[in-house]
Amino acid sequence: MATAASTYHEEHPGGITRWLFTTNHKDIGTLYLWLALIMFFVGGAMALIIRAELFQPGLQIVDPHFFNQMTTMHALIMVFGVVMPAFVGFANWQIPMMIGAPDMALPRMNNWSFWILPFAFTLLSSTLFMQGQGGAPSAGWTLYPPLTVQGGIGTDFAILSIHMLGISSVLGAINIIATILNMRAPGMTLMKMPLFVWTWLITAYLLLAVMPVLAGAVTMLLTDRHFGTSFFDAAGGGDPVLFQHVFWFFGHPEVYILILPAFGIASQIIPTFSRKPLFGNDSMVYATASIAFLSFLVWAHHMFTVGMPVGGMLFFMYATMLIAVPIGVKVFNWIATMWRGSMTFETPMLFAVAFVFLFTIGGLSGLMLAIVPADFQYHDTYFVVAHFHYALVSGSIFTIFAGAYYWLPKWTGHMYNETLGKWHFWLTVIAFNITFFPQHFLGLAGMPRRIPDYALQFTEFNQISTIGSFVLSAAQLLFLYIVVQTIRGGNKATTQVWEGAEGLEWTVPSPAPYHTFATPPKVS
Amino acid sequence: MSSIFPVSSDGLLRLISDVGLVLLPGLASADYGPSADWGLNLQRPVTEIARDILDLHNLILIICAIIFVVVFSLMFYALFAHRKSRGHKAATFHENSMLEVVWTIIPFAILVGMAIPSTATLLRMDDVTGSDMTVKITGYQWKWRYDYLDYDVGFFSVLSTPREQIENQADKGELYLLEVDNPLVLPVGKKVRFLLTANDVIHSWWVPQLGVKKDTVPGFINETWTRIDEPGTYRGQCAELCGKDHGFMPIVVKAVSDQEFAAWVQQQKELMAAAADKTWGMEELMNRGKTVNNQCIACHGPTGQGVLGVFPAIAGGKIATGPVEEHLKIVMDGKPGTAMQAFAEQLNDLDIAAVVTYQRNAFGNNTGDLVQPSQVKGLRE
Repeated sequence: MATAASTYHEEHPGGITRWLFTTNHKDIGTLYLWLALIMFFVGGAMALIIRAELFQPGLQIVDPHFFNQMTTMHALIMVFGVVMPAFVGFANWQIPMMIGAPDMALPRMNNWSFWILPFAFTLLSSTLFMQGQGGAPSAGWTLYPPLTVQGGIGTDFAILSIHMLGISSVLGAINIIATILNMRAPGMTLMKMPLFVWTWLITAYLLLAVMPVLAGAVTMLLTDRHFGTSFFDAAGGGDPVLFQHVFWFFGHPEVYILILPAFGIASQIIPTFSRKPLFGNDSMVYATASIAFLSFLVWAHHMFTVGMPVGGMLFFMYATMLIAVPIGVKVFNWIATMWRGSMTFETPMLFAVAFVFLFTIGGLSGLMLAIVPADFQYHDTYFVVAHFHYALVSGSIFTIFAGAYYWLPKWTGHMYNETLGKWHFWLTVIAFNITFFPQHFLGLAGMPRRIPDYALQFTEFNQISTIGSFVLSAAQLLFLYIVVQTIRGGNKATTQVWEGAEGLEWTVPSPAPYHTFATPPKVS
Repeated sequence: MSSIFPVSSDGLLRLISDVGLVLLPGLASADYGPSADWGLNLQRPVTEIARDILDLHNLILIICAIIFVVVFSLMFYALFAHRKSRGHKAATFHENSMLEVVWTIIPFAILVGMAIPSTATLLRMDDVTGSDMTVKITGYQWKWRYDYLDYDVGFFSVLSTPREQIENQADKGELYLLEVDNPLVLPVGKKVRFLLTANDVIHSWWVPQLGVKKDTVPGFINETWTRIDEPGTYRGQCAELCGKDHGFMPIVVKAVSDQEFAAWVQQQKELMAAAADKTWGMEELMNRGKTVNNQCIACHGPTGQGVLGVFPAIAGGKIATGPVEEHLKIVMDGKPGTAMQAFAEQLNDLDIAAVVTYQRNAFGNNTGDLVQPSQVKGLRE
């Protein structure tokens, strides 16, 4: 099946030019992953400023305006700078190796889609140094007008950087679709594709569909701010709520962009460590496609309190509740995969199991949020903050860790330190719950989100949450250490790496040679 | 599904949630207020709608909890029993169409069961007909205005927590950040319709114990309603990010009996009439002006020092120590193109007179000027 090892070519330019000019999917994957890791610490530092300010009532550390900059930037960076680039990094490394392709279909464009990102984030982050002109964007990552129209020059920088991020995402999505549809090894039919490839194919279509919508929305903001238009200003015949509809038409598919590849990663890891094939492979594919389809029909559930006809609220409530069905199918299939397997619990599996367990909490609180009358009490409170951190931290970030531990041996040729990996897992999972579980209670008891100071009865849970967040952050330094340690040395990884691993990527040597599958393998 | 979720009967619905409350004692709804530390669930409802919401919330929460426990008991059983270290050999099965159908249909059926009571409650919430009175709520950065359309009474409601408490220079009071100068006074047992809009950006008017949350959108009017069961003071906050002081614009609703409400309306009218004609003394104006000045603090600072290059200083400032007419003009008309709003629309004659008097004599300005409400009234005409 695999080409003989002697035919691999290892030549590539050295030094900085290797990274600047590379068209190699593995190099570009590495660049994406490092960018994501760096931005993870930047976004995390902002979260710590937020949590430190919220440790007790009163204003201690930052003023309210800077606090709003932190909540806005934390979200923009974690969404666009961490989760999305990390998944594209995985896609770059893994999709060609999983479908038996020598590289991505459009390697030069691949280089460009990455190198847009550092400039976009430089632009975005530079606003923090413009405090004299209003500082960073501070109207929330949702950028609702008219508040956004009041913002300083940082808002314009954010709009331009969102345009750049959008271009990068669209190019990346085109590349992934072209690669998957055109470059699969002979015999690899669509239904034989690994789930990670499937979820990314669907994610890429979501990206193509909605990133231009976001670009349109922020462009209208820009012209409202500077060129006298009134798309979102009632005084000129516009409507502030129109922005929310357009934004969430992007925003809801976007949250699935942030989670579908995570489903894919979990669907690779759970069978490996259960030593049993993925249960219900086909229904997993259909469930993913249904989730993607439904994601276009539920946007207004983010804005039930904005005032819409009761028929509209009912439609969006029913459609949103319906999403629980395919999500449930996925959870049941993962558990059925574990059922009667022969499980071991290396770090990737630990993170994958924690993902199934904790993501489901986020899924169930999402179902609660769909119930319109109850949503009137939950909306814009810490209950929502808890909900989406269960979906995005224990959902997306945990599977990113799982995937990193799972594939690091293939990428570096070394096994990571299992003991340290387990320490990282347990610290992360415990601190995560200490940080975010109490936020459910805060929200129910009446604490609004995005406030720098709060009434006295919210003190205790905020203090617990802040303590958890500092432990959670410290544990991530351990992750950085483990990654660096694994790159520099460690026990040699075998070709298959994991006893139960199956798929084309486990047929090439570890570390994976610079060029793999120059001759396509045959898939039976 | 109706046999499992007898939604037609509120009693049974409540029974399910009550059973849940016994199983999960933490779900008992908390009383609001400083004594309610460690609150775990929604605040104690004081309207029928808020009660319906609490029941619905408890019901859905319990169903979710049961599903969660059942599903993950299976997973944890597998995690312990089906592990390699216990010598468990992996089975080879990997699909079962029947199972896929079953675990699609059952959740769907449960969802239908949830949707029915949710729809019923939503339809009740949406019905604003048959109201006894109407209050217009307007969101401002960062305060609320209440206009009683049936009584020709209107006023602003501003955070009354002293700045020193927020900046940790004084001990925080029990009602820290949940207290205002003028609460919204409403009669109990009356259906009150709210019309909501905003002056600048989007805000959201939320009082948890009433079960009311609605966005106030500039240029548009939203509608909602409440009917409060029992007298009391109910507190909430703005729930939509509206800029720098989003966390500092609380809502206080004081529910009183019909008689007390009628007396309060009468008193408001007399106050407004008296204020315009009376000649005020320095001390009275200074005291009142200090309170009104809280609205100026957001930009001009607690000591009137301003922010260099952005917000001009009041202390020793050109306006506050220059001619009185100029000072009144800028307070009343604002300064276009800056954050300085036109307060003529927002404050009554007395408040404008008081705040200008205060600013001309506080912060070391000591001009000795005294501005009467009648002067402001004259300028308006």
